[in-house]
Amino acid sequence: MAKYKTEPLKLWNKAKEIRLQYYKNYAEAHEKGGLRWVGGAWTFDAVPAGLGDDVYSLTSEPYGASIAYDKKFALECQEAIEKVGYARDLCAYMRNYWGSVLLDKYAFGGPFPKPDFIWQDHICCSHAKWYQTVSELEGGIPMYCVDVSVGPYPPFGEMTPEKIDYVAGQLLDGIEWLEKVTGRTFDDEKFIEACWNDFRSTHTWAKICQLNENIPAPLDEKSMYSLYVLATLQKSWKVVADFYDELYEEVKERVERGIAAVANEQCRVMTDTQPPWAFLKIFRYMEQYGCVSVGSLYTWGLEGMWVYDEKEGRLYPRPMPDHKPRDREEACRMLADWHLQKPEYQHFYSPEYKSKMMIAIAKQAKLNGVILHYNRGCEGLSLGIAENRLAIQKAGFPVMTFEGNMGDEREFDEERTKQRIDAFMETLGVKRVEN
Amino acid sequence: MITAGIDCGAKTVKVVVIKDGQVVGKSLVPAGIDAKGAAEKAFDEALAQAGLSRKDVAKVVSTGTGRKEPTFRDEEVTEVTADARGAVFLFPQARTVIDVGAEEGRAIRVDAAGKVVDFAVNEKCAAGAGAFVEAMARALEVDLEEMGKLSLQAKQAVPMNAQCAVFAESELVSLVHAKTPKPDMARAIHDAIADRIVSMVRRVGAEPEVVLIGGVAKNVGFVDSLSRDLETEVKLPDDPEMVGALGAALIAAE
Repeated sequence: MAKYKTEPLKLWNKAKEIRLQYYKNYAEAHEKGGLRWVGGAWTFDAVPAGLGDDVYSLTSEPYGASIAYDKKFALECQEAIEKVGYARDLCAYMRNYWGSVLLDKYAFGGPFPKPDFIWQDHICCSHAKWYQTVSELEGGIPMYCVDVSVGPYPPFGEMTPEKIDYVAGQLLDGIEWLEKVTGRTFDDEKFIEACWNDFRSTHTWAKICQLNENIPAPLDEKSMYSLYVLATLQKSWKVVADFYDELYEEVKERVERGIAAVANEQCRVMTDTQPPWAFLKIFRYMEQYGCVSVGSLYTWGLEGMWVYDEKEGRLYPRPMPDHKPRDREEACRMLADWHLQKPEYQHFYSPEYKSKMMIAIAKQAKLNGVILHYNRGCEGLSLGIAENRLAIQKAGFPVMTFEGNMGDEREFDEERTKQRIDAFMETLGVKRVEN
Repeated sequence: MITAGIDCGAKTVKVVVIKDGQVVGKSLVPAGIDAKGAAEKAFDEALAQAGLSRKDVAKVVSTGTGRKEPTFRDEEVTEVTADARGAVFLFPQARTVIDVGAEEGRAIRVDAAGKVVDFAVNEKCAAGAGAFVEAMARALEVDLEEMGKLSLQAKQAVPMNAQCAVFAESELVSLVHAKTPKPDMARAIHDAIADRIVSMVRRVGAEPEVVLIGGVAKNVGFVDSLSRDLETEVKLPDDPEMVGALGAALIAAE
């Protein structure tokens, strides 16, 4: 008999519908007289929302991951891009995306829908370059890229008004640029509403993740991937913000009723960075040991907004701003300040910051161990993982590592990874509960 | 109590049968492509040596890459657990266990109670395993035993990057053209594989005593390179390739 009760998420299908609607909206935007833009999952997507309700985006990382999930199409994309001379060790999402553009095949059917403009921010060495190439491949799409390299957010660094203004100033300039390239008038009210939705989405997703500190965990990371993704698509979309409000209520209710994601939960771990998307079944393999991955700094903090309390060594969801932005300038400053605190930004400045936040999760979520993915497909988020491993071990948590690639299955060895999981479970003293 | 451990490796299958903590039978047969058949054969050979039959064995525990193959197994454990158990049984002071087999190298750190604290396994590359040494011996046109001995006669250390077996072979060709003495080339090969293994050992933390197991432990040239690189004495069991099977047999008896 199972240790805990379990049941599917009631909102599961709704999450999937929103995702598919998003990709459909982008593809069909021109048919409705609207605009299409592309940019990263980290970009300030609230800003283009000021151009109107018929402006749709396609964010690059989740799109690259969607391709990765389809092994056959991913290989087709990778081979296409390698054939024209791009190196195999570049960002795997980027290669998948470029391949899709080059082949003129959209992962959701039909030809690749050409964007009208590119709205990006530069967080790692690939991000600006990524769209420079997209622009070239598409015959010269206008591109705007925001530089966010102002240093770490407190407590890891100092955040001065000048630093905020540096980023906010680029957003203000970007608004003028958007008006120029689209010929549309920017609507401040729509922009302010989109900012507020962004704050809501990223605040509430953090609160949802926090619920996974409970035993049994109400969510498993494999399922969380299908939920957090909505914020990576368009965190400023009201549909996403409203969905997270509903999801929070459902997950809270699961906690109150003791509903587990993994019925035989006896071992709690977290992972790190993007998983090998074509092999999410390794999470189901872990479940044979009653092992649940409660998330990671990646799933919790790529879109979730948290405050790190240095004194207590704890992470808390960042509280919502106490008021809505009153004008365009304030909206840009609030948006910049909000996103510069993103946990996944901080480790670009030092792996030490990431280690501190990971250890906080390990303690708060009462973990037995940590499984780290040496992700050869993402230079940015893999930075310093070996350092994180040492720090986490020093904090008293056993760590297993495995090598792979989030978007290129050729660099992942499923059987050997399973064997490592077997060995890790043995070292943790965890026996298999199902075959 | 009579128990057996069977280690189904990439290249060979090893069986150890123990009775009340004493080894009474052992065997080693090539794995070939019929892993199930090889497991049966190895088990029967070890039992014959011990003068026992299958019904005399209370429990069989399998380990190794092909540990799911033996149909007669009662339980299975990973190589990490089996290696640690066997090595600590033979060397109670062991804190670091290095296993270099045909296709895989691994480093295991154990605590005073013999419990695995941390482990590392080589990634998708044979440059840290026995298959690499064999490929290099072929390139040098010597047999494995001779290459080990040659290495001890080296007069100088020649750097070799050996990021992968294919490139190492082309490096070796360059050394041949540069008229590098054969003993120096043999040492270069062993130094290169030892570098790969030691980097993995340092990842888990090299604490004495260090025990080397697996088939490559029979290579005196590699042992010399490894000891030099680790700056510590490396303990060697009499039957280094049988330690995983011994560990599995001991676990079966617990």
